Amino acid sequence: MADALLDVNGLGKRFGGFVALDGIDLTVAKGERLGLIGPNGSGKSTLVNCLCGTLQNETGAVVFKGKPLDGLIAHERTRLGLARSFQLPKPFHSLSLADNIRIPLLYTVNARHGHHLSDAAIAERCEELLSHVNLADKARHRPRDLTQVEMRKLELARAVATQPTLLFADEAMAGLSHSEIEEILALLMRLNDEGITIVLIEHIMSAVMSFSTRLVVLVAGHKIADALPQEAIRNPEVEKAYLGE
Amino acid sequence: MRNGVFWAILVATGLVFVVVSRLTIANEYFYYAGYVVLEYIVLATAWNILGGYTGYTNFGTGAFFAAGAYSSVVLFKLPALLLATFHWKIPAIPVPVMIAVGGVVAGLLGLGTGYLTLRLRGVFFAIATLALSIVLQTLIVNWGFVGGSRGTYVIRPPAAPLGGGYIQYLFTLMVLLAVIAVGIARSIERSRLGLGFHAIRDDELAAEATGVPTLRLKLISTTISGALMGMAGAPLPYFVTYLTPTASFDLAYAVNSVAMPVIGGMTSWIGPLIGAILLGTIQQLGTVGFFLDLKLDPTFNLLIVGLLLILFVIIAPNGIVGLVRSWMGRRET
Repeated sequence: MADALLDVNGLGKRFGGFVALDGIDLTVAKGERLGLIGPNGSGKSTLVNCLCGTLQNETGAVVFKGKPLDGLIAHERTRLGLARSFQLPKPFHSLSLADNIRIPLLYTVNARHGHHLSDAAIAERCEELLSHVNLADKARHRPRDLTQVEMRKLELARAVATQPTLLFADEAMAGLSHSEIEEILALLMRLNDEGITIVLIEHIMSAVMSFSTRLVVLVAGHKIADALPQEAIRNPEVEKAYLGE
Repeated sequence: MRNGVFWAILVATGLVFVVVSRLTIANEYFYYAGYVVLEYIVLATAWNILGGYTGYTNFGTGAFFAAGAYSSVVLFKLPALLLATFHWKIPAIPVPVMIAVGGVVAGLLGLGTGYLTLRLRGVFFAIATLALSIVLQTLIVNWGFVGGSRGTYVIRPPAAPLGGGYIQYLFTLMVLLAVIAVGIARSIERSRLGLGFHAIRDDELAAEATGVPTLRLKLISTTISGALMGMAGAPLPYFVTYLTPTASFDLAYAVNSVAMPVIGGMTSWIGPLIGAILLGTIQQLGTVGFFLDLKLDPTFNLLIVGLLLILFVIIAPNGIVGLVRSWMGRRET
């Protein structure tokens, strides 16, 4: 794809004798909303971990914004514009919500060339980001005071604070109620409208189907489908993987 | 409070403390005991930069402390060595220079240790630092130039700078070091660096994902922490005048520099300060037999530390600072 934002070529990852990912090819275009699905253990999170630098892939090449990512460690990739939320929220539990947001502003946004937010601008931006996820009134609270859905929102707000070009939302809705899922979906839609390309890793099919413009299906470390959502779920291999023969 | 104001108050407090004690207290023992308590303020504060802020438990305080002490021994013996081998005459090296060199040596040791061990987390990192202490002690024991296992005499100069006895001079230097250590800890706590340290302590993966260069920050943390410990150890040869490896690598340094921040509170600069003053003073009183009335042996002072440590870990895991904060929080609501 000529205007690909992210281009993954033949990516492979093993854990000892276990092949977690095998020859994954994937492109993500700018502005896209890509759904990444697959049964448990199919390698979705491993793929995100390899792309974000948490794990190092053994084979294959990843190009982001025309730059090869090989050898770059996680924080360098974040600074390039790759952000992620974690499947299990990982807030900085000893810091207030505002400080949770300040960290990406100080360490990612201010570390980029041509950016230097003043202390006042950072404080303002923290409040803005927290109010986007309706957490502004809890800015001085610690994460332990949050509910599960609020924790997910904090996780997203912290990822968004890095001003990413591409955001991986790793099961941002797991364990949430129907209305809470709608809330998170609306939030992700708005972020996409603001120009952030989003890869959504999710098990909740209704959410994935309504959100994604394209669907990629992983099974046992292989990509078995990459198509429009409606086409992808009718793919016989996908049906087999999810429903059995 | 702004950083500049805090530094000014801190320096003024140190100055007043030195002047007032010089004017009012003539008993040399006060300066000996005070020196030890101040030394623990530096060690506990330094330990807390890595242990409290960054979340890496260091049991190798003795190694960094002794690195400072033994670099001073080398510098002390250097003029004689140069005279004997090259017929170069250089004057005796003043203690403040030794402190600076001790800081650099221990800081480099911290950097190197960090580079080798920071892939280890939790208890494994702690074990590695303990091992560092043992390895370094073995090296010193086998190094004849600095006295080997026999130890070495370090003769104090006949006259002390700044007037008064030599112990008063060392005491003044240790006040200065305590001021520097506490000032650095407080500055870090309120800075971008401190926020990065906290992020690493809370969750290293999340810290990386939000752009924190964790390896670099951990190396900065081990280097600053190690350097301050080395600076605290540098005047030790002049303090004891007869330095042995067992004395300088004493496990009490490691135990105390862990216990003091834990008891005082690890989240803030004031925690190690409170812990060091409290535990340091109790131990000094114990050493001179203050508790003899209770029919306790003076060597029981480490037992007191152990008991307090257990007590605090169970009752107040956030230390005295945590207790006060939760008490104040309850009053507000």
